[in-house]
Amino acid sequence: MNFDYTEEQTLLENMVTSFVRDDYDWDTRCSIVKTEEGWKEENWKKFAELGLLGVPFEEDNGGLGGEATDIMIVMEQFGKGLVVEPYMPSIILAGGLISKLGSSDQKNSIIPEIISGDRRYVFAYAEPQSRFDLFDVKCSASLDGDNYIINGFKSVVFGAGMATHLIISARTEGDQRSKSGITLFLVDIKSDGITLQNYPTIDEYRASEVVIENLSVSKENILGELGNSYEAIEEQVDLSTIAICSEAVGILQVLKDSTNDYCKNRKQFGQPISANQAIQHRLVDMMIEYEQAKSILYMAITADLSNPDERRKAASAAKARIGKAIKFVGENAIQLHGGMGVVDEYMISHFFKRATMIGILFGNVDFHMKRYIDLTQSNIQLINEDDGINLS
Amino acid sequence: MDTAFSSEDLKFQSDVREFISNNYPKELKDSISTKRKTGKELSRDDLMSWHKILGKHNGWSAPGWPKQYGGAEFTPTQKYIFEQECARAECQYIMPFGVNMVGPVIYTFGNEEQKAKHLPGILSGDVFWCQGYSEPGSGSDLASLKTSAVKEGDHYIVNGQKTWTTLAQHADWIFCLVRTNPEAEKPQQGISFLLIDMKTPGITVRPIKLMDGSHEVNETWFDNVKVPVENLIGQENMGWTYAKFLLAHERSGIAGVARSKKALERIKQIASAEMSYGEPLIQDPAFKSKIANAELELNSLEYTELRTLAKDSAGKGPGPESSLLKIKGTDIQQMVTELAMEAVGYYANPHLGTTLSNEYVGPDYATNLSGSYFNFRKASIYGGSNEIQRNIIAKMVLGL
Repeated sequence: MNFDYTEEQTLLENMVTSFVRDDYDWDTRCSIVKTEEGWKEENWKKFAELGLLGVPFEEDNGGLGGEATDIMIVMEQFGKGLVVEPYMPSIILAGGLISKLGSSDQKNSIIPEIISGDRRYVFAYAEPQSRFDLFDVKCSASLDGDNYIINGFKSVVFGAGMATHLIISARTEGDQRSKSGITLFLVDIKSDGITLQNYPTIDEYRASEVVIENLSVSKENILGELGNSYEAIEEQVDLSTIAICSEAVGILQVLKDSTNDYCKNRKQFGQPISANQAIQHRLVDMMIEYEQAKSILYMAITADLSNPDERRKAASAAKARIGKAIKFVGENAIQLHGGMGVVDEYMISHFFKRATMIGILFGNVDFHMKRYIDLTQSNIQLINEDDGINLS
Repeated sequence: MDTAFSSEDLKFQSDVREFISNNYPKELKDSISTKRKTGKELSRDDLMSWHKILGKHNGWSAPGWPKQYGGAEFTPTQKYIFEQECARAECQYIMPFGVNMVGPVIYTFGNEEQKAKHLPGILSGDVFWCQGYSEPGSGSDLASLKTSAVKEGDHYIVNGQKTWTTLAQHADWIFCLVRTNPEAEKPQQGISFLLIDMKTPGITVRPIKLMDGSHEVNETWFDNVKVPVENLIGQENMGWTYAKFLLAHERSGIAGVARSKKALERIKQIASAEMSYGEPLIQDPAFKSKIANAELELNSLEYTELRTLAKDSAGKGPGPESSLLKIKGTDIQQMVTELAMEAVGYYANPHLGTTLSNEYVGPDYATNLSGSYFNFRKASIYGGSNEIQRNIIAKMVLGL
């Protein structure tokens, strides 16, 4: 049993840490989010040079064959810098779907392009009515000759404005909330029939509403089997959930450490506010929440993610528990910063906002608590009358 | 990162499981189970007989002790496995006072005679120890303790009162913090660590009844008690150092993760037998959600403990992080005892096993669950209250 990184993983961590330190200091980050594009394409090229874009892909496709731990390492450090480039949406989620479902032709032509940074796919799945249910898909695709004609509306597609391509989930058969009948389509974002409405998010990332009208896609651009993509979507969203939990743990560390420093430096009544026990105990509770968040992330990372039920449980346990930690650490970080906590100018509010939005992404605390309960409390054994009860 | 057990660890796990299943006495299981169901208190035999069996098996009664003192010297992972297996089989737990508290102090700071005299009895379970730390005026502010020890020839004369002495009614020996130098500049500097035979004339033990009616703790009075100077551990006036060592030393199991897990499993079983809204309570969304919440806290804490253990095996010794385990561990114990009480509805009411109640009512599994809830309010108070633990983290970890 160990929680150590391999030598390669330590190198990876050092690399991402120094990227954030040298190329992504706070002022640089602030200037990036104020640009019209909301990201810096040069950084994407830099990620390609550093090999970061290949981390989760199989070595056969030119990737590094990284595992959950490697993804955690990258995401945690990105969290500490609030890196806005669409790494999770494009590399982990969309990239994961292509790796999982792509034909060998598709993988051979697409994945090297992703790793080199020339193409960016993002996955358009959410719809105005779907909330967090991945199977709730109204967007429809109907066969017309050799092509499918897609019509529908996709909501809050992260990073679509930075993408070259989309993966669209559409219904090829079944009811709106049926798990079967969902098909994935690979499309160029510039195709006729796709209209993007781009906007900034409250945490200074970028997302888009995607209107799809009579979009024509050839059969070859179906990703995976016709009507049979739900399981893969759920799997890749679970793995992406663990990835954003890692980002959240990085952010929580910044929130906790910065608040600690702030309270030691801020003087009132002639002494640092950290001399007050009310403040000290709050800081301790924040530290405990951070450690508990990190621990459940480690539980998820080291779980048997190849087993579907273990994977589902791990993702929901981590997301639900870390969601609670986000609220506690985040809100208290703002509270203890006093007036400095609520202004846009100081960095702490930005970390709080990002953490809070991560809390919603792929399902909030209530959603994942319910999912965890459904996964864990369906088979309870009945009590054996002869057994004593020992609760001490 | 790898949390899978190695093949040696798996072998160890099956050895422990097999040993327990072959050696945990059925009579003990029955005796404890009957007493739990009827609300009766456990006897010294109930408390110690499993310890005695483990004491005869490769030092398993002292998982953390070095081999040279007869301990098992388990690796941190082995300790974790051992703890898990014992909880899984619902074995009576090992009294901590000898093995986890005074034992390590004796083999670390004691002299050869003291080691030879005391360690074997702790290991075998023949000698029952209790702890003389708290006093009526010294709770969280332990260093303010007043019990005095004045040297007269080759004896110390001890006078004063200790309190919250857990299970002193069974104890053969007590380890005590006493004041040997009332003049010292700081209160911590005048304290010594003494071992005292409970049979010495002048010692009186009086029971303190807790709110669940149990007799778990006592007041222990010292009236001109003569203690031979050879019972002083280490140097005079250095007792505070040994006391702090003792408090931080044993962190394996401090969080009680394995026991809380087992308890949570039982609560699920109880909740499957209890009905609410015409359905098993376990189907009730509000109750389900409380269980899931406790489970997530427990999962996190388990990994926090594993991370701490992994650090320990890498040779980075115990530190103030154990305060975190104490705070969260006791939080969860309290959460779990509350859920159990809640699960049985009206049958939380009967107080069985008292002199007034001869009849046993309600389902067996409900007996004394409210008692446990009330009893476990102690957990966030003892061993340094959870507020004191926060002070320790604030100072030692966060540098505030």
